[in-house]
Amino acid sequence: MPVLDIRNLTVSIDAKDGASVVRDISITIEPGETVCLVGESGSGKSVSSLATMGLLPKGALKVTKGEILLDGEDMLTLSPAQLRDRRATRMSMIFQEPMTALNPVIKVGEQIAEVLEAHTKLSNAESHAKVMDILGQVGLPDIERIAKSYPHQLSGGQRQRIMIAMALILEPRLLIADEPTTALDVTTQLQILRLIKELQEKHGTAVLFITHDMGVVAEIADRVYVMNRGDMVESGKVMDILAAPKMDYTRRLLSSVPSLVPRPARPAASAKIALQVVELNKVYGGGGFLSKSAGTHAAKAVNFDLKAGRTLGIVGESGSGKSTVARCVMRLIDPSSGGIRVGGQEIADLTPRGLHPFRKRLQMVFQDPYRSLNPRLSIEESIIEGPMNYGMPRAEAVAKADELLELVGMPAGSAKRYPHMFSGGQRQRIAIARALAMEPELLVADEAVSALDVSVQAQVLDLLAEIQERTQIAILFITHDLRVAAQICDEVAVMKRGEVVEYGLTADVLGAPQHDYTKSLLAAAPGRDWDFPNFRPVAA
Amino acid sequence: MAEKTMRGAFPLSTRAIFAKIGIAPLLAALVLTLIILAAVFAPFVAPHDPIYQNPIMRLKPPSADYLLGTDNYGRDLLSRVIWGARVSLVIGIGVTILAVVLGLAIGLVSGFFRVADAIIMRIMDGLMAMPSVLLAIAIVSLMGASIWTVMAAITIPEIPRVVRLVRSIVLSAREEPYVEAAISMGTSLPRVLWRHLMPNTFAPLTVQATYVCASAILTEAILSFLGAGVSTETPTWGNIMAEARIYFRLKPELIFWPGLALSMCILSINLLGDWARDVLDPRMGKREA
Repeated sequence: MPVLDIRNLTVSIDAKDGASVVRDISITIEPGETVCLVGESGSGKSVSSLATMGLLPKGALKVTKGEILLDGEDMLTLSPAQLRDRRATRMSMIFQEPMTALNPVIKVGEQIAEVLEAHTKLSNAESHAKVMDILGQVGLPDIERIAKSYPHQLSGGQRQRIMIAMALILEPRLLIADEPTTALDVTTQLQILRLIKELQEKHGTAVLFITHDMGVVAEIADRVYVMNRGDMVESGKVMDILAAPKMDYTRRLLSSVPSLVPRPARPAASAKIALQVVELNKVYGGGGFLSKSAGTHAAKAVNFDLKAGRTLGIVGESGSGKSTVARCVMRLIDPSSGGIRVGGQEIADLTPRGLHPFRKRLQMVFQDPYRSLNPRLSIEESIIEGPMNYGMPRAEAVAKADELLELVGMPAGSAKRYPHMFSGGQRQRIAIARALAMEPELLVADEAVSALDVSVQAQVLDLLAEIQERTQIAILFITHDLRVAAQICDEVAVMKRGEVVEYGLTADVLGAPQHDYTKSLLAAAPGRDWDFPNFRPVAA
Repeated sequence: MAEKTMRGAFPLSTRAIFAKIGIAPLLAALVLTLIILAAVFAPFVAPHDPIYQNPIMRLKPPSADYLLGTDNYGRDLLSRVIWGARVSLVIGIGVTILAVVLGLAIGLVSGFFRVADAIIMRIMDGLMAMPSVLLAIAIVSLMGASIWTVMAAITIPEIPRVVRLVRSIVLSAREEPYVEAAISMGTSLPRVLWRHLMPNTFAPLTVQATYVCASAILTEAILSFLGAGVSTETPTWGNIMAEARIYFRLKPELIFWPGLALSMCILSINLLGDWARDVLDPRMGKREA
């Protein structure tokens, strides 16, 4: 008998004639099986899992049809008290962001013990032993110290391990994992995926794993369900789905996943150097009159140069200093020492006034398209702000904005509308149009596609490549995603703790890495053995 | 959120409006409107001259001619309370405008420029360390009492609260990517402040303004009551209560009526402020009982 059997589930907005957000989906999970539920944002994958846990937001969404059987018991007919009991003892859930899921003012050991207290009658000593046991099982070092730590004293990976410990301490039959590794670095992600797999084998837990990342799917799934806009598109064994998807949607989804195999560098179109960074250093904090701390060396002697019409990627995990370098180049922060030359002119030590003429030549596209446009200004106002700062008459700037919006593929008549009326991908297009309005020589893209769904990501990357082709703009592309870097960059620099550890042509660095760190990054990339766009394993 | 309320606002029946806004803010708006109308049209509404002394009519009980009775100089209490609303409202509104405008300007500068911030916030800390009434009394006694000095004296202690609010909003908003985008597009700093940062402060400032207004009216009454406010010839709620203090055992209503007007006025403003906060801040608004 399956552990979880969702039959014909329909979830609708809780209102008269409320539209349905999930329609007639069925999912089964056998004991000890890992089932991946994949889909892009708005596909209803999280809603389905929340419905299973009985955690749909009250007054917003409700189950209108179907049944959710956990070991044969229909969750939808249970009272809130019964459901609360099942949630701890029979099924549990881990979330994307462990920092917000943990209480910041209670020690993590106590938070785990609280679960035991609420659902078992163990003595203090037994409960303590059990907490220590599970902490050991999730692979945490020095468990006595960790148990006495507060969440902020732990790293992201450690916090996610704590969440897993908390979820598994009562040995539930079903574990629902909602994007549990999305906020983590690739190397940590790999460890967490392995941990979930290992614990699952040990305890025979059924796992419902929700993700948007096809690499993760290839890594851990036994079976896959693909959802799109509230409908179940396709389901089957993981290899069947990856190798021979039957539905168009699945096929398109897989084709959008950038390949890890680097594309060859384009021939250099011009010898003109757009950006040259020499011995760049940035130290945060420290050195203050009263402070004894040494400060954080976020960028150490960083060197690279970038020719017109080429794309240089800076890759690395969080805290590697890649964003610091980007922000120094943009002079949004002041470098501690070193040189930044734009078209041969040194800008690292210019005053804000002296910098004004150069601002025009460097533009940036930010990570979060929901925050990079002022919500109170119309698209047009946002775009013409820059050109008008440099003396372009309003009418001319408006005409230019219209032209650019068309160039980035926005529908006619978007100019007078406001950012909240657009999707994430459209907003990122608008942000690119805004940057291009300045006719810059260098575009700095800081994780510019990381917040986007994979199909939208592919479109935005195509757009950037097309614009580069046309305008010979140089692009400095900051990303944590090796797949994206492999497909868009001519050269890459790999950063670790503020230092560039490897720098060269993408084909060399990602194709035949020399440095251990680059190797470990590549080894940790989920789904590295599978060539998604071609529906086959990577040719060795 | 705002969109929803806008769309829903027009086809509502009277009952639906009551259900949507709630009875308390509507009553508050009604009371406040009455007080404002009475203050604006005081010369026509008040049945008597508020400062005309009639020794024969001293301390009379309520009658048809003197609805609330008379005070120790034979002046009509009702007329004095109505005229008193003028001073209270002028002070309340004046202080609010001054405190918000000055606080907004100082807060924007403080939130955006680190060097200025260190200096400004220390001054604000110093101001906040002094009890506002004490500070106001000190300022009035230095400059002499008039409606203008009283207004200034009440404004100065109110400014730090506005500055802190604006500064905290600017501190978080300046980290927004759209602000950085504006900087990298070469927008000048004053313009970044004006166009990208200041609009973020409007909603919280509206709420804060109501509290400043209520607090200013109360402080003015305290100053008058203590004899440090507007001169005793002008009828204000605080002055009326101060004069009536010695007759409290004999005629407690002399204190009761201006006191009632004062507390109703402040309660109404605070209720409207709470309502504005619920409407303007979606996070608070969603918290239903």
